[in-house]
Amino acid sequence: MATVTVEQVRKSFAGREVLAKLDLVMSEGELVCLLGPSGCGKTTLLRIIAGFISPDAGSVVVAGTNVTHLSPRARRMGMVFQSYSLFPNMTAVENVKFGPRVAGRPKAEQDSRAKELLDLVGLSQHGSKYPHQLSGGQQQRVALARALAVQPQVLLLDEPLSALDAKVRVQLRDEIRRIQRETGVTTVLVTHDQEEALSISDRVAVMNAGRLLQVASPAAIYRDPADGFVARFIGAGAVLPGMAEGQTVRMGALVLPAWAAANHANGAKVELLLRPEVVTFSALDGDVPPGGVAGEVRESVFLGALTRLRMSVAAVPELSIWSDLPSEEAEALKIGRRVVASWDPARPRVVAA
Amino acid sequence: MSDRLGFGGWMILTLAFVFFSVPLGMSAAFSFWEGGDRYGFAAYRWLAASPDLGNALWLSVQLALATVVSLVVLLVPAMIFMNLYAPKLRPLFEFIAALPFVIPAIALVAGLTELFSGEQWGWLKETPFFLVIPYFFLALPYVYRALDVGLQSIDLTTLTEAGQSLGADMRQIIGLVVLPSLRSALVGSMLLTLAVVVGEFTFANVLLFRTYAVFINQIGQHEATAAAALSFASFLATWAAMLIVLIAGSRKKGER
Amino acid sequence: MKAPIAWLFIGAFIAVSATFLVAPTVMLAIQAFSDDDGWTFQYLLDLQQYRYWVAFQHSLQLSVASATVGVVAGALIAFAMLKSATPRWLNQAVTSFSAVAANFAGVPLAFAFVSTIGSLGLLTNLLKRAGIDLYGMGFSLFSITGLTVVYSYFQIPLMVIVITPAIQALRPAWREAAENLGASGGEYWRHVGLPVLAPSLLAGWILLFGSAFSAYATAYALTSGNIGLVTTEIANVLSGNVASEPQIGAALSVGMIVVMVAVLGLSTWLTKRASRWVKQV
Repeated sequence: MATVTVEQVRKSFAGREVLAKLDLVMSEGELVCLLGPSGCGKTTLLRIIAGFISPDAGSVVVAGTNVTHLSPRARRMGMVFQSYSLFPNMTAVENVKFGPRVAGRPKAEQDSRAKELLDLVGLSQHGSKYPHQLSGGQQQRVALARALAVQPQVLLLDEPLSALDAKVRVQLRDEIRRIQRETGVTTVLVTHDQEEALSISDRVAVMNAGRLLQVASPAAIYRDPADGFVARFIGAGAVLPGMAEGQTVRMGALVLPAWAAANHANGAKVELLLRPEVVTFSALDGDVPPGGVAGEVRESVFLGALTRLRMSVAAVPELSIWSDLPSEEAEALKIGRRVVASWDPARPRVVAA
Repeated sequence: MSDRLGFGGWMILTLAFVFFSVPLGMSAAFSFWEGGDRYGFAAYRWLAASPDLGNALWLSVQLALATVVSLVVLLVPAMIFMNLYAPKLRPLFEFIAALPFVIPAIALVAGLTELFSGEQWGWLKETPFFLVIPYFFLALPYVYRALDVGLQSIDLTTLTEAGQSLGADMRQIIGLVVLPSLRSALVGSMLLTLAVVVGEFTFANVLLFRTYAVFINQIGQHEATAAAALSFASFLATWAAMLIVLIAGSRKKGER
Repeated sequence: MKAPIAWLFIGAFIAVSATFLVAPTVMLAIQAFSDDDGWTFQYLLDLQQYRYWVAFQHSLQLSVASATVGVVAGALIAFAMLKSATPRWLNQAVTSFSAVAANFAGVPLAFAFVSTIGSLGLLTNLLKRAGIDLYGMGFSLFSITGLTVVYSYFQIPLMVIVITPAIQALRPAWREAAENLGASGGEYWRHVGLPVLAPSLLAGWILLFGSAFSAYATAYALTSGNIGLVTTEIANVLSGNVASEPQIGAALSVGMIVVMVAVLGLSTWLTKRASRWVKQV
């Protein structure tokens, strides 16, 4: 098990910068998700760590050893690919044994290691099947066992769940987390699915356009996004652009209360983040109360205990604000109902635009 | 283990280039030879003046077209209907399509000669269109394979049911749905058939018909430079035909 | 049945195949085993004559050699061509050239090689000046070795065409996974690449074997039938160039078919062994 340090890594393809001087430090046994939209450079970063791509500048250090110029086969990293990466001509057991076999481990050790790992991923019954006889989820479990069979210093997962259907995805996600905890291997997982990243990681690294925007625990990322991009990318809610003005954010004629605006200079361009759980809608028949925003309910999505409502702001109809209300309260607010959105001014975040 | 073309890769491609370009270049050079150290277009002029070339080529083109027609009439509908109504016959079709591979061309000629040896078959063996029979089977494996891949890639039953539920009859379904989706497979394999038939030598030579390939062979014995010129020209012509296949294929892909 | 016309077409195809493909073959078999007095094994025994025995040997040697050369060289070329870093124009050039050259046979092909490495060919002369006397070393274009070189001209491109889809189907992830698990390039090929390609390589070899075994035009043009191959011997019988009975031609043809069936059977068996892991459709 090992720490991983990525230092000042840069990479361009055909003149286009894919990674810009990127730093990332991972501690031992940590699971970090690289999260971002497609084309943000997350897969490139993973492949640089694995050694399939060499960086234009910067270094990758694993457990104190600079591995930047080592070939992938010398790095002792296990990797799980998106899909169909199992060797089709080998059974599940043979796939798992492959690493120890080319490393020249004794036969008995290969066998016991394969058995142990297939047990770990819950596939001991399917060892003699060929990949095409296994379901997608089973194949990815075998791939995981195969990657772990080399006792890697670092486990690299490249969108391992993206080709699976929703139910299997959630199952296998929890399984990966369990196995990662049991083995304690430092793990990097690439994904574009925020729910997956938030539910599985110790820390999430949000990337966009070749930069790391924020590296923090899932809760911190959700609660306290570093900028508007992270705020929009993670979780739901409205991100409203405006100008800091004392303890409010001004959007044209609207003045929205948010104490956090005071952290920014007066007149600075900021974005106000209103998560649905922060905002309350109430029926509006008379005048708009101070600090409230008038609008009309446009959409209602029943989520069980809660119902998520969307209203369009009366002053700026193309703006939407969301609110999660207990379903019985939401029932009174039919689509088309005039409502007022209000919130505790201490709760919304304000980030520089 | 990068995906770069390393030293070995360049070596292989360079050797291949030499092996494949030198003989071709040599026959091109030879075709311009006019004896001694004079070079020119004499061989090409001789060819242009030869009435036999036109006749032989025209015969080959007719045979090729007849073969294509016979494939379109006999094989294509049979394969579509087999897939639709009689999938149990698939092994029989596969067997038939594999037979020409197992029975060498020359053996098929021998068999046909023997089968139609009687006097009453004279009329059949005298017309060059007798050759369409062996040519049909010569092309059968390739065309069958291409169409089979094409048919497998569309779900014929579902397409037909969808068509029927929209009120189309069988003729409309085949004409409007099935054939268009087989277009690229059909065009590709038919062009290949044309090229193969025009270049075919074995059957024509043994059965004594003067097709294009037989003609080249005959002039090769006394007008060597003309034969080289014709060889070179037909190589370029075949290349053009193959490029059409490639371009047609890639345009088809681009459309999707 | 809802579509009698469908049965008409299916029936016509089967009838035509039976009449013009199966019946002639059956006729050959009957002819090979009968003479005026009834059934006989005489003609089959006649195949033991030196002339025919050699023809079969030549055909087999030529087919095995040119198929093997074709498979190895064709696979290497296809592999080099399909590397992702290979320029696109080169890839297209090789593909289109292969399609042409795979159908290049007969006189045109023979000529190309006579003028290159015939006894007075350009390359022969160049090499002679460089001190390498090809013909002095026992090489001849009009030998089995020479024919193998000539046949390679269409065999290699044919292999490039048939193996390309299989090589394209090799997933980069397999290679990366192998590398990631500590395997060298050689280990990847030994344990994964070649085993995965094996069924396609075998199928390619069989196709090339068949193409060489039944080839006639090139050998005829190059040697005017002087090197006995089974195909040229049959043609000689058919065209009356040699004074032998037509039954010999039939017996030779049946012999060819037997060889092809045997080779195909062997390959089917080998392919089954090599593709236990392939999804059975």
